[in-house]
Amino acid sequence: MTLQSHDRAPGDDTTPAQTREETLSEFLVYTIGLVLAVILTAVSFWAANTALLWPPGVALGLAVLAIAQMGVHLVFFLHITTGPDNTNNVLALAFGILIVMLVMVGSLVIMASLNANMMPPGDLMHLQTQH
Amino acid sequence: MNLLGELSWSAIPFDQPIPLGASVAMILAVLLVLGWITREGYWPYLWREWITSVDHKRIGVMYCVLALVMLLRGFSDAILMRSQQAFAAGGSQGYLPPEHYDQIFSAHGTIMIFFMAMTIMIGLMNFALPLQLGVRDVAFPTLNSVSLWLTASGVLLTNISLVIGEFAKTGWMNYPPLSELQYSPGVGVDYYLWALQISGIGTLMTGINFVTTILKMRAPGMSYMRMPVFCWTALATNLLIVAAFPVLTATFAMLLLDRYLGFHFFTVDAGGNMMMYVNLFWVWGHPEVYILVLPAFGIFSEVIATFSGKPLFGYRSMVAATMAICILSFLVWLHHFFTMGAGADVNGFFGIMSMIIAVPTGVKIFNWLFTMYGGRVRFHVPILWSIGFMITFALGGMTGVLLAMPPADFVLHNSLFLIAHFHNVIIGAVVFGAMAGYNYWFPKAFGFRLEERWGAAAFWCWFVGFYLSFMPLYVVGMMGMTRRMQHYDNLSWRPWLIVAGIGSLVILAGIISQIVQLVVSIRNREALRDVTGDPWNGRTLEWSTPSPPPPWNFAVLPQVTGIDAFWIAKQTHAREAARPQRAAPAQPPDYEPIEVPNNSATGFVTAFFAVVTGFALIWHIWWMVIVGVIGAVATMLVFAWREQEEVEIPAEEVARIDREYHTELAA
Amino acid sequence: MSSTAVFGAEPDVAGNVSYVGPAPKRIVVAYGFWIFLLSDIVMFSALFATYAVLAHADAGGPDGAQLFHQSRVAIETGCLLLSSYTCGLMWMAVGARNAGATYLAAAVTFLLGAAFLALEASEFAGMVMIGATPERSAFLSAFFTLVGCHGVHVTFGLLWLAVMMAQVATKGFRPMVERRLLCFSLFWHALDIIWVGLFTVVYLMGAR
Repeated sequence: MTLQSHDRAPGDDTTPAQTREETLSEFLVYTIGLVLAVILTAVSFWAANTALLWPPGVALGLAVLAIAQMGVHLVFFLHITTGPDNTNNVLALAFGILIVMLVMVGSLVIMASLNANMMPPGDLMHLQTQH
Repeated sequence: MNLLGELSWSAIPFDQPIPLGASVAMILAVLLVLGWITREGYWPYLWREWITSVDHKRIGVMYCVLALVMLLRGFSDAILMRSQQAFAAGGSQGYLPPEHYDQIFSAHGTIMIFFMAMTIMIGLMNFALPLQLGVRDVAFPTLNSVSLWLTASGVLLTNISLVIGEFAKTGWMNYPPLSELQYSPGVGVDYYLWALQISGIGTLMTGINFVTTILKMRAPGMSYMRMPVFCWTALATNLLIVAAFPVLTATFAMLLLDRYLGFHFFTVDAGGNMMMYVNLFWVWGHPEVYILVLPAFGIFSEVIATFSGKPLFGYRSMVAATMAICILSFLVWLHHFFTMGAGADVNGFFGIMSMIIAVPTGVKIFNWLFTMYGGRVRFHVPILWSIGFMITFALGGMTGVLLAMPPADFVLHNSLFLIAHFHNVIIGAVVFGAMAGYNYWFPKAFGFRLEERWGAAAFWCWFVGFYLSFMPLYVVGMMGMTRRMQHYDNLSWRPWLIVAGIGSLVILAGIISQIVQLVVSIRNREALRDVTGDPWNGRTLEWSTPSPPPPWNFAVLPQVTGIDAFWIAKQTHAREAARPQRAAPAQPPDYEPIEVPNNSATGFVTAFFAVVTGFALIWHIWWMVIVGVIGAVATMLVFAWREQEEVEIPAEEVARIDREYHTELAA
Repeated sequence: MSSTAVFGAEPDVAGNVSYVGPAPKRIVVAYGFWIFLLSDIVMFSALFATYAVLAHADAGGPDGAQLFHQSRVAIETGCLLLSSYTCGLMWMAVGARNAGATYLAAAVTFLLGAAFLALEASEFAGMVMIGATPERSAFLSAFFTLVGCHGVHVTFGLLWLAVMMAQVATKGFRPMVERRLLCFSLFWHALDIIWVGLFTVVYLMGAR
């Protein structure tokens, strides 16, 4: 009762019985992924260290580059695609990303608000000496 | 180097009569049970059929047994607290000193949430989910066994703290800086942290297991919109487990690093920020309460539909509401610390979100009411719990919406009003749901029903006892009483607390009724026998199997064409039976050999080494830590190299058991 | 009552059975591991969030700009990225049932991963020697924990890889071994994804 109309396993590429062309194209996929990732990494390091860019924009640029590189890994190394056999994998990933964003952004916003309303640490330590 | 780390004879509470008495009682009870098993020669049977079982039905039963035993332990803490607060007013100091009282309320919360509520819900999901999905087992049966035994490890460590050492005195949430080494130098906080880290791994594994099962393993034809609602709530619950428990693991790990290695995540000095602990704790903590309540909602959906004799009203809106609650539960966590000092904008956002999350829950309540309306309600024990739930939970939910307003919460935070609110919703939904599920699925698990009169008595005692216990706490919270008080001077609170104390005794009567119910049912099991496998005229697939089902659940996997698949089948058969001229000869099903996963000691042995490691870490016995870790790793390697994963049951055996069942049905 | 276990033989409106039944074991195992990886990433996000909150809590001690060496981080990144690539090649060799290529690719992956760890260990040792220990400040606690947790995962991955090669040697490429290798490659790629986030947030943004 196990049929081909099932989803693909995450990280899995093609069926075991491959032709030589399929093997070659799989090798290309990994290699292109590597090249793209190396380029993105190099650009990140350059952007972080150069004086040529507007400083506040660099952080945003680094974030964009990082997300792009994560995407390269997902597509080229983990074979996550938008095909119908990958829907469950993509949905799970989307759920994970949502939670990660909520935890990180939520914590940062909340902690910033809390810290802004707290006594400066120096004053806290000297509370006993104040009358 | 001391061979036993910090462990010494002073760890045993020889000088404290109450903990000493409790320890002796507990050890005696354990020895009695173990001794009885030995005398009756049950060890080979227990090892073969239960301890090493990877069958989800067995594992589910064991989870439920663990939970019910922990209910007794947590409830005895409650009786201690209620009695102390009824007496310790004004000049009287009661009988529990503050250091002991602090451990009692901390243990009560920890045990009730982690080892009673979580455990029983996971147990019921374990038992019913694969049966409702129409499949043979969960996705990872051996991992399921590991989860069970790691949970038991957490339970064992927590109970050992009663005898050797102490438990945390920080409350069940364990906030720093009180829980840091500087202010809690003893082993209590370490017991708490390691017990929960170990059982947390088990729970996370369960979450992964069930999500995979629901999404990848269902009977043929069971598309998502044909799943029983209990399966939908189980999906939402386990997605929440997978999303929330890692945060708790990280948070506890950071506190452990502070305590063991002198790190500064949450310390008062060197830049530590204890508010981050509170923030992260509740990032886990709010989804946790939905993890507890969603399976209960699912149970009520099944019970109410079954005992009203009608399909559940508003299936699609139930599914939408469930998944909405799943997502929304990650958007409200700050309401647990409105008073910690965030700005009005942040507080306001979370206050509004907390009120919004009441909406899908309200949708569910209306759907349950509309399911009962126009139906013929059969008043068996599970529906009593359901009706009690709807009244009680609605009330508790309303006080929750009240607390969701930051201005109100500023007055009521950490008062007994809060305590009353969360007990209102947890007891009203989770405990009542667990009792409904327990009575509902008991015949499927064991082949005979639970006795109804004692079941009804138990319900009424719990229901009346709950209101007697907790309504006074709303009042006394409004009057200004804070939580966790070992003693108080405001004598006007006392009458209310005495009523609450009486309420706890009524609940005790309820619990005793449940014990009696079990004993009586076992003694009268032949009279209460479930022969058909369908004692309630059920609607979902679990009722199509014998009671108890064979290890493989279904001789042939069912083909599903709609919601309430079993109900459809019964209607189809009834229609065909009424048309004698069209009666085709019954085709025997196509029996095939079935592969059943092998039993495995992996779970039990891993958990043994987990207990060794945890105990050693708590008492700083470093060589024992290494032994425990090596043992756990070795167990995993042994499992990785095992040759035989499954046992094949021949088709004739499957056919024989199935035919037996159908012959009994026809008779 | 009929002895058949088929519930309603009629197909649905479109004339087909909408869900064909439990998925094959390979898919079930890989999907379960995928869910586990997502839970692991959520755990890292809690550590990331803590690091972000405590990034400036250096208690008067050394901060990121003083401590981080970008050249070493660049080499570490290169090692881990390359090891991800060779892991992909290993998976191709597994698919082709080529034992020799599998062992070779695994060995290269292992060495690259070990190089990563060695560099990271030397970084930690250097920081400890100048007094920038995790006990010094909240920022350093968060740094050592976040980066160290990733390092612990890499260590575990290397041990797992070694065990998997032993399994290939003793059991060959049977389905159970192949499923575990699939899970390993998922794990290894995910570690590199986490590292992308790590070097960006901690080292590149933190050095400014």
